[in-house]
Amino acid sequence: MIDLVSFIPRAVVQGIPLLYGSTGETLTEKAGNLNLGIPGVMYVGAISGVIGSFFYEQSGEINGFLAIAIPLLCSLAGSLIMGLIYCFLTVTLRANQNVTGLAMTTFGIGFGNFFGGSLIKLAGSDVPSIALSKTSAYFSHALPFADKLGWFGKIFLSYGFLAYASIAIALVTSRIIRHTRVGLHLRAVGESPTTADAAGINVTRYKYFATCIGCMIAGLGGLYYVMDYACGVWSNDAFGDRGWLAIALVIFTIWRPSIGIFASILFGGLYILYLFIPTGMDHMEIKELYKMIPYVVTLVVLVITSIRSKRENQPPASLGLAYFREER
Amino acid sequence: MENKVVTVSMKNITKRFGEIIANDSVNLDIYKGEILALLGENGSGKTTLMNMLSGIYYPDEGQIFINNEEKVIASPRDAFELGIGMVHQHFKLVDVLTATENIVLGLDGKLDLKKASAKIREICRKYGFDVDPDQKVYDMSVSEKQTVEIVKVLYRGADILILDEPTAVLTPQETDRLFAILRNMKEDGKSIIIITHKMHEVLSISDRVAVLRKGTYVGDLRTKETTAQEMTEMMVGHAVELNIERPDPVDPKPRIEVKNLTVRNEEGILKLEDVSFTANSGEILGIAGISGCGQKELLEAIAGLQPAESGSVCYIEDDGSKDELLKKDPRQIQEMGVTLSFVPEDRLGMGLVGNMDMSDNMMLRSFRKGPTPFTDRKSPRKLAKKVVKDLDVVTPGISTPVRRLSGGNVQKVLVGREIASAPKVLLTAYAVRGLDINSSYTIYDLINRQKKAGVAVIYVGEDLDVLLEISDRILVMCGGKVSGIIDGRTATKNKVGMMMTRIGGEGFDEQ
Repeated sequence: MIDLVSFIPRAVVQGIPLLYGSTGETLTEKAGNLNLGIPGVMYVGAISGVIGSFFYEQSGEINGFLAIAIPLLCSLAGSLIMGLIYCFLTVTLRANQNVTGLAMTTFGIGFGNFFGGSLIKLAGSDVPSIALSKTSAYFSHALPFADKLGWFGKIFLSYGFLAYASIAIALVTSRIIRHTRVGLHLRAVGESPTTADAAGINVTRYKYFATCIGCMIAGLGGLYYVMDYACGVWSNDAFGDRGWLAIALVIFTIWRPSIGIFASILFGGLYILYLFIPTGMDHMEIKELYKMIPYVVTLVVLVITSIRSKRENQPPASLGLAYFREER
Repeated sequence: MENKVVTVSMKNITKRFGEIIANDSVNLDIYKGEILALLGENGSGKTTLMNMLSGIYYPDEGQIFINNEEKVIASPRDAFELGIGMVHQHFKLVDVLTATENIVLGLDGKLDLKKASAKIREICRKYGFDVDPDQKVYDMSVSEKQTVEIVKVLYRGADILILDEPTAVLTPQETDRLFAILRNMKEDGKSIIIITHKMHEVLSISDRVAVLRKGTYVGDLRTKETTAQEMTEMMVGHAVELNIERPDPVDPKPRIEVKNLTVRNEEGILKLEDVSFTANSGEILGIAGISGCGQKELLEAIAGLQPAESGSVCYIEDDGSKDELLKKDPRQIQEMGVTLSFVPEDRLGMGLVGNMDMSDNMMLRSFRKGPTPFTDRKSPRKLAKKVVKDLDVVTPGISTPVRRLSGGNVQKVLVGREIASAPKVLLTAYAVRGLDINSSYTIYDLINRQKKAGVAVIYVGEDLDVLLEISDRILVMCGGKVSGIIDGRTATKNKVGMMMTRIGGEGFDEQ
C-alpha cells in the first residue's frame, strides 16, 4: 500500500512546475499562439533566477525580502524576453509558430546550460552543480504549523509560497478567461482573429500580452523547480522533460487552468509513482516501465480528447495560425 | 429627389492591392433612410469599397465624410463609433461563443451578459428578429447566424448598415423575412446598403441603385425608374441577353439510373431514402430542394464519393448495357470508361486546390496519364490557357494561385476543367452560388452547350427562377426523399415551393 501522507506532498511538488507551465501555455494558446518554446522558457526562467540568486549570495549579507525579490524579478525578466522574442517572430513577422517554438526550446536549453556551466565554473565546486541553499531556504519556507498538525500539515501546509501562488494564478487565470471581457476578447482572438479584428479588438496587442504573460507564468515554474523543489541546486539538464509534459497537460485539461490544478498534481503523482510501487530487487526493469506512465496517459488522453466531439473542448480554432488583416 | 440628407459621402476613394486597383477614384453618397443596392460584377470592388467604410481596409487615397464632416476610419472600432456596421458575406462570428457573447464582443465596460441579453431581446422585439441570445453559434442555421450579425450591428447603435450578399445563403422564405426587417429599419431612419447579385431582389427592396464596374463608379439609378436589363448593362458595360435558352432535348436516352438509393452519413443520420430516378442524355435534370435535403449526398453517391447503404446507381451505355457505379471510387469509375464530371458546391474544398495555380489544378485530372513516371505539364498549361481564353477568366496569369481569384473566376476554372474531359455525365451543385449575373449567364450557357452535345446534366440549384428556366425536368427533394419529378416547361414556382416542403406537394391547390 502506498503511504499517502508521504506520496501526496511529493506528487504536489512534482506537479507545481507543470501547473505553472500549463497555465502559461493555456493563456498563450487561448490567444491562438501555440508556443512550443515553453520548455525553453521554463529553462530560461530557472537559470535567470539562479543567476540573480548566485550573485546576490556572492555579495554577502542576505536579506529575506531581497533573497526572494531578486531571483523572482530575474526569472520574470528572463521569461518575458523569451516571450517577446517569440511574439516578435510569430506575431509581428508572422513566422511559423511550430518552427519558432521548437527553436526557442533549443535556444532556451542551450542558454540555460551555457550560463549554468559558467556559474559552476565561477563557483569552482567539485561537483557539476551549484547549491544556492541560502536563498533557496526562503523559497521553500513552509507555512507555520506545518510540522505540528500531523498529516494535515504535511499534505496542505508544507510547501513554499510559489506552490500556493501557482494555484492562485491558475484560479485567477481561469476566472479571467471565462468571466471577464478581457477573457472573452482573448478567446475571440484565439478562435477567429478576423472576427475579433472586425469587432474592434486589437489582435496583435492581445497576442503579445497573452503570450508574454503566459511565458512569465511558465518561467516561474522553472524558478520553483530550482529554488524550492531542487533546494537551490542547479545542475545542467536536471529540469528534464517537464516543459513538454506541461504542454501535454494543456490538452489534458481541455484549456482550463482550474482543472490544471488537479491534473498537474495527478501528473506529478504519475511521474514519481515508480518510487512508491514495491517491485523487489529481481525486477528492476519494471520500474522503468512505470516511468512511462505519464507519457502513456498523455497519449491516451490525446486520443480521447480527439474523439470527443464537443466543440467547447476543442483547441482554439486558429491555434498555430498567423493573422494578417489584408490577406485575401 | 425630395429633401434627402446625405449621411455618408465617399470622395475619390482609391484602393490598391499590390498591382491590382480594386477601387479607382470612387464617389458615392448615401442618404438617410434609404436602401441603396450596390451592384457590380464579381471583382468590381463593391466589397472592398464597403470594407473601407467599415474600417477593415484603409483607403490609399480619398476622403470619407459622415454627416458632412471629414472622418478617418482607421479601424472597425472607429466605424462603430460613427454608427457604421457591416454584415460580412462570410460571417464574422466565433462558433464556440453564444449569440450574446458574440454580440458584445469588442465593446468596453464590465461584462454583464444578463443585461446584454435583455437588450438583445429588446432589439429583436423592435424589429421582428427571432434569435435565442444564449444559443451557441455552432448550433445555429445560416439564417440565424445572419440574424446575430445584424443584431450585433444594431446593438452597437449603428445608423448605417452594410449587408454584403445577405441573401446568398437564404431560402426564399428567409429572404422575405429579412427584407421585411430591413424595411422596418428603414422606417426607423436607418440607411442600408445592400450588395446582391439577384436582380429581382434589387427591384423589390432598394430605393436606389449604385453601379460599380471594374473598380470605378458608373452611376446611380432610382430603382422605380429602371429595369433589370438596364442595370445589368450598366454593370457589364455592354448589352446582354437576360434569357436562358432551353433547347429541346435531342434524342434523349437513359444514361444514369438511380434505384432505391438510401444513404446514411457518418453520424448515422438518414440523408437519402429510397431515391429513384433516371437522368437522360441531352437533357438537364434540375434538382430543387431546401438546402441540406440530400442533394449533396445524391451527387456524391453518383460520383463515387459517398458510400450508400442500399440501392443502385447504374451508368447506361448507348447500347443499353448497364454498369454499376456504387461501391466504386472516382478512379475506378474513370477506368471503367465512364466520363463523369463533378462540379461540387465546395469549389476550393473539393473542386480545386486553392494554393495551386491554374495549370496545376488542371493537372489534377490528368496527372495519371502518360507513359513515364514524370508528369506532363505542357498539356495542362495549354488547357489552362484555353480555359482563360474561352471562358474569359480574369486572372493576372495562369500561374496565380486560384484562391486569389474572385468567386466567379474560380468557378469558371473548375467548370472549364470539368467539361474539358468531354464528359457523358455532368453533375453540378450550386454552380452559380455567389456569382454575379454576367458570370452566371456564362455558366448557364456552358451547361446548355454540354446539354446540346448530348451530355446528361444533373443541375442542383437554389434559385427557383433559374431552375424553372433551365431544366427540362425538375426533381424536387424533401427531407432526403423524392417529392416528385415534374416537367420544367409547365412547372410553377409555387408548385415547386410546396413540393420542397411537403412530399408530393399535397394540399397544394392548383389554381
